[in-house]
Amino acid sequence: MKLSNRTKVMEQGEMTLAERMYLPAIVGGMATTLKHFFSKPVTIRYPEQKRYLGPIFRGQHILKKDEQGAERCTACGLCAVACPAEAISMVAAERKPGEEKLYREEKYAKVYEVNMLRCIFCGLCEEACPKEAIFLRHDTMVPVFNSRDEVIYGKDKLVEKMDQRYLRDGWK
Amino acid sequence: MDLLSDLFLAKAAFIGIVFAITLGIAAYSTYFERKIAAFMQDRIGPDRAGPFGILQPLADAVKMFMKEDFIPANSNKWLFIAGPCLSMLTALMTSAVVPFGDTVTIGGVTFDLQGIDVNIGILWVFGIVSLGVYGILIGGWASNNKYSLLGAIRAASQNISYELAMGLAIIAILLFTGSLSTKAIVEGQQNGHWNIFYQPLGFIIFLICAFAECNRTPFDLPECETELIGGYHTEYSSMKLGFYLFAEYINMFISGAVMATLYFGGYDYPGIDFVTAQFGNNIAVFVGMGALIGKALLFVFVFMWVRWTLPRFRYDQLMGLGWAGLIPLSMYNVVVTAFGILIGKPFTAGIVGVVLLILGLLIHDQLFVKKKIA
Repeated sequence: MKLSNRTKVMEQGEMTLAERMYLPAIVGGMATTLKHFFSKPVTIRYPEQKRYLGPIFRGQHILKKDEQGAERCTACGLCAVACPAEAISMVAAERKPGEEKLYREEKYAKVYEVNMLRCIFCGLCEEACPKEAIFLRHDTMVPVFNSRDEVIYGKDKLVEKMDQRYLRDGWK
Repeated sequence: MDLLSDLFLAKAAFIGIVFAITLGIAAYSTYFERKIAAFMQDRIGPDRAGPFGILQPLADAVKMFMKEDFIPANSNKWLFIAGPCLSMLTALMTSAVVPFGDTVTIGGVTFDLQGIDVNIGILWVFGIVSLGVYGILIGGWASNNKYSLLGAIRAASQNISYELAMGLAIIAILLFTGSLSTKAIVEGQQNGHWNIFYQPLGFIIFLICAFAECNRTPFDLPECETELIGGYHTEYSSMKLGFYLFAEYINMFISGAVMATLYFGGYDYPGIDFVTAQFGNNIAVFVGMGALIGKALLFVFVFMWVRWTLPRFRYDQLMGLGWAGLIPLSMYNVVVTAFGILIGKPFTAGIVGVVLLILGLLIHDQLFVKKKIA
């Protein structure tokens, strides 16, 4: 008994002449490959050419400074709390008189370390930061390490240099 | 024959040059194979070794020589070594009868741009190509590996099957020429009377058979990776493997040259009389040699083009195509050609033959083939 009358008997039948000779289909296929032969390759030669990954790509961390060149970070520790991989650690210190040019607030991070082997580049530190101090750069990736000594990035590598300030595309 | 005669030295030099050209082209075929594959897949291909990757064949050769030359413990060692050597030898021997040009006169010596002009030239090609199977068969058998043996058996049966259709396609050419000499076949096609115009069907049969003889896709079942790992060269490594791969590329070039000789007028090219009158005989002949090599390279490109377009046939499809498709077709071609020569209009007969064949098949389709629904 049929459940419905919608069943259709499909008969494949034998191949037609053009199909049996294969040649028309082969010529069609060869035309397709020839078309691709003359089309532009999509390859990006990676180390020399780099693809633009967008303004929100999460690359290497940077500790921003403000316009006067003072570090924005106040060592509140919210980034370390937010970090799911526990990659961030810091030591806070109090600003001494005369250091107002160096640090924006009364408290600052004397040591700020990101363990790049732990970091998963999720960007939660960026979101947690109330002072807009830490960002993941969209234009720089963390390079490959050759030894474990290079894995922990301190302030020397993280703090923004005033002569090459970081600007995300969306900020301009 | 005097070993130091000018003719002997000239021939020896010529054979050396042909070997050098063949080997050079075969080496660069590997590079162009990869480049063409890349272009057809919208990639760039090898571009690291030298400008545009032009040194890639050198790097590959160095790699091949550096690899461990492994001989399996339970293999037949002598035959294992003989296999690739035989493949290479037979691949190179075919070029002896390909006429690369007409006669040239250099330093008072007149000689043919051809290794040997034997009167059984085309039979020589067939004989050597048949011997080429032994290289694969011996290598596959000596490896003492079931995959290798299966690949070798496939190669042997495939080559034997397709040689029949190939031979029948050639008989139609021989009906025109009345000679087995490759030189005579080329001379019969001078001034644009190329056999392709008289033998379109025969050429298609020959081309398909050439693909099968060279073990190229879509007929590369002897080295079918998905079923047989590497086929007959599963156990091979280092330069022995290199010889097998190299022999395949030499075969491609040589079969391109043979096809150009048989169907595309050999060293004939448009405007040969003009060049002869303008620059002299020698220049014209060397341009002709270039024309032949150019035609052969065009066929090499077609080989690669097809390889990167078509998937493999199944083995029963391959055998079905060979025995049930190409052999009857080439027999039909022989009959049509003979009839055309009998009535003295070979060109018309060739066209009418193809049209009649397609009409006949269409009528057969209408009468006997069940139509598809939808």
